[in-house]
Amino acid sequence: MAQVTLRKVVKNYDETPAVRGIDLDIADKEFVVLVGPSGCGKSTTLRMIAGLEEITAGDILIGDQVVNDVPPKDRDIAMVFQNYALYPHMTVYENMSFGLRLKKMPKADIDVRVQSAARILDITELLQRKPKQLSGGQRQRVAMGRAIVRDPKVFLFDEPLSNLDAKLRVQMRTEIKKVHQKVRTTTVYVTHDQVEAMTLADRVVVMNGGNIEQVGAPNDLYHAPATKFVASFIGSPAMNMIPCRLEQAAGALRVRLTDEITFPVPASRTARYQPHLSKSRLLFGLRPEHITEVPRHLEPEQHPFEVTLDVTEPMGQETLVYFTVNGTEICASVNPTAGAQSDARMALAADLSNMHLIDDETGMVL
Amino acid sequence: MANISESVPVATDSSRSGLHRLMQRKSSIAFLMTLPLILLIGVLVAYPAGYAIYLSMLNKSMVRFVGLGNFEFLMGRDSFWAVVYQSCLFAVTAVIFKAVIGFVVAHFVHNIPAKGQRKWRGMLLVPWVIPPAMSTLAWLWLFDPSYSAFNWILALFGMDPVPWTGDTSWARFSVILVNVWIGAPFFMIMYLAALKSVPEQLYEAAAIDGANWWQRIWYVTLPMMRNIIAITALFSLIVTFANFDIVRVLTAGGPLNGTHVFATWAFRVGIESGDIPLGAAVSLFMVPILAVAAVFILRDINKRGNEA
Repeated sequence: MAQVTLRKVVKNYDETPAVRGIDLDIADKEFVVLVGPSGCGKSTTLRMIAGLEEITAGDILIGDQVVNDVPPKDRDIAMVFQNYALYPHMTVYENMSFGLRLKKMPKADIDVRVQSAARILDITELLQRKPKQLSGGQRQRVAMGRAIVRDPKVFLFDEPLSNLDAKLRVQMRTEIKKVHQKVRTTTVYVTHDQVEAMTLADRVVVMNGGNIEQVGAPNDLYHAPATKFVASFIGSPAMNMIPCRLEQAAGALRVRLTDEITFPVPASRTARYQPHLSKSRLLFGLRPEHITEVPRHLEPEQHPFEVTLDVTEPMGQETLVYFTVNGTEICASVNPTAGAQSDARMALAADLSNMHLIDDETGMVL
Repeated sequence: MANISESVPVATDSSRSGLHRLMQRKSSIAFLMTLPLILLIGVLVAYPAGYAIYLSMLNKSMVRFVGLGNFEFLMGRDSFWAVVYQSCLFAVTAVIFKAVIGFVVAHFVHNIPAKGQRKWRGMLLVPWVIPPAMSTLAWLWLFDPSYSAFNWILALFGMDPVPWTGDTSWARFSVILVNVWIGAPFFMIMYLAALKSVPEQLYEAAAIDGANWWQRIWYVTLPMMRNIIAITALFSLIVTFANFDIVRVLTAGGPLNGTHVFATWAFRVGIESGDIPLGAAVSLFMVPILAVAAVFILRDINKRGNEA
């Protein structure tokens, strides 16, 4: 078991930068998820940790050892690939024991390890089958089994659930979390699915354009995003962002969305937002679940306003309603019993205690 | 009368609709569409083969039916068994070298960056593309005992000249060498295609599992290419076994019949010595030998195809 450290790691493909000098400390036994849109450098980062890509500049440490020039087989890592990469001509048992056989481990020891990993993953009956005879979920388990038997310092997962259907993905997500709770190996997991990132990670690393946007616990990223990108990437449906102006009003601050709709800034944030009064390109950010129907008793930071709904989408436990403010489409989540109807006026309440103010020029959340 | 006049139109009606139905059946249409190829094979393969069998059962002057007499005669002659031995030696040795060289070269070409790869692929295919009779003629000049380029080079290093086509062992070596030179590119291109179809992630998984370069070839590349290797080897074995032009141009079967293979010997016996029935019998001997090889290798492919 070991920690993984990245120091100013850069990767260029010819002249094209893929990773632009990132720093990251992954603690022993931690489950870290790298998440971001395709082309953000997350897979490249993982492959550099694995040793499958060379590093253009910087250092990667596994434990206390700099592994920049250490070949993959000597890094003591195990990797689970998106398409499983099982050897098609070997049985499940042979697939799982391949690494150990190459290390010339005694057969009895190999058997103990394979059997125990098979029990953890519930694939004991499949050991004599060929990968072709397995379903997608079973192959995924075998790929994880191959990683577990090695008992490596670090597990690396490269979008392991992308090839599974939605239901199986949720199921395997739980499996992966359970396995990590059992074996407690340091894990780096790459995905483009923010739900996967939120549910699995001890800490999430949001990447964009070869840089790390923010590192934090799932809830911290959700409630206190550092940048516009993180605010829009984490959470589904995405956070609403509406162009706005910040105004001074009788010792307090006001956010003006349109001529009709203004919201008072909570008193606790006045000092924080005061310096940004003069900024011209500001965005008002509020998640859909913080715009609801008007409750019987308004909370202190809830402010009612009225809009005409464009579309309603009943989801069962909530109804998503869409309307337009200042040319921007806004999504709100209302109670299914609130009687929301398309093309009808509706009174909604914005919970400003959860508002964000974003500087659109720098992309930073203020 | 009334009965007959009634039954006639019924009969024509049903026979017309029967023909119509026959034409509608998928198998009939399929047969009609494959008919041109069936005719082509009939004219170019089945008829000559049948005619060869017929010829092989006649006496030398082709007037008397002798049954299996020609075959019996061949079985009793040492020169026939020498040809069997030489054909097998020639085919097996040449195929092994072609396979190994093709595999190694395919690996090198596979590792050339994509930009330069087309150029190399094209150049390496040249020996296979030139008509063998032409390129063998060029080799013949290279092997020439007096003016040979090879012997000239050997002389430069102070070595004795080699009788490339004059000594039985050297002649066999030369014939195999030329065959390998011509045939290896075919193996190279087949193996290259197979190499490109092995998923890159399998190699990455093997690298992480701790496999070195050699182990990656042994545990990943070779098992993944098994079928292609078997099919290519079988195909090449058949073509090499039935080779005619290289041996004919380079040594004409000599010296002392030491390089004759089935096809050249059949030509010598049947055309040059004028015993056409015996020549036909010689060439027919190839059929059971190749059939056995084909059955063995193809059966293996079927078995493996089921598990892969």
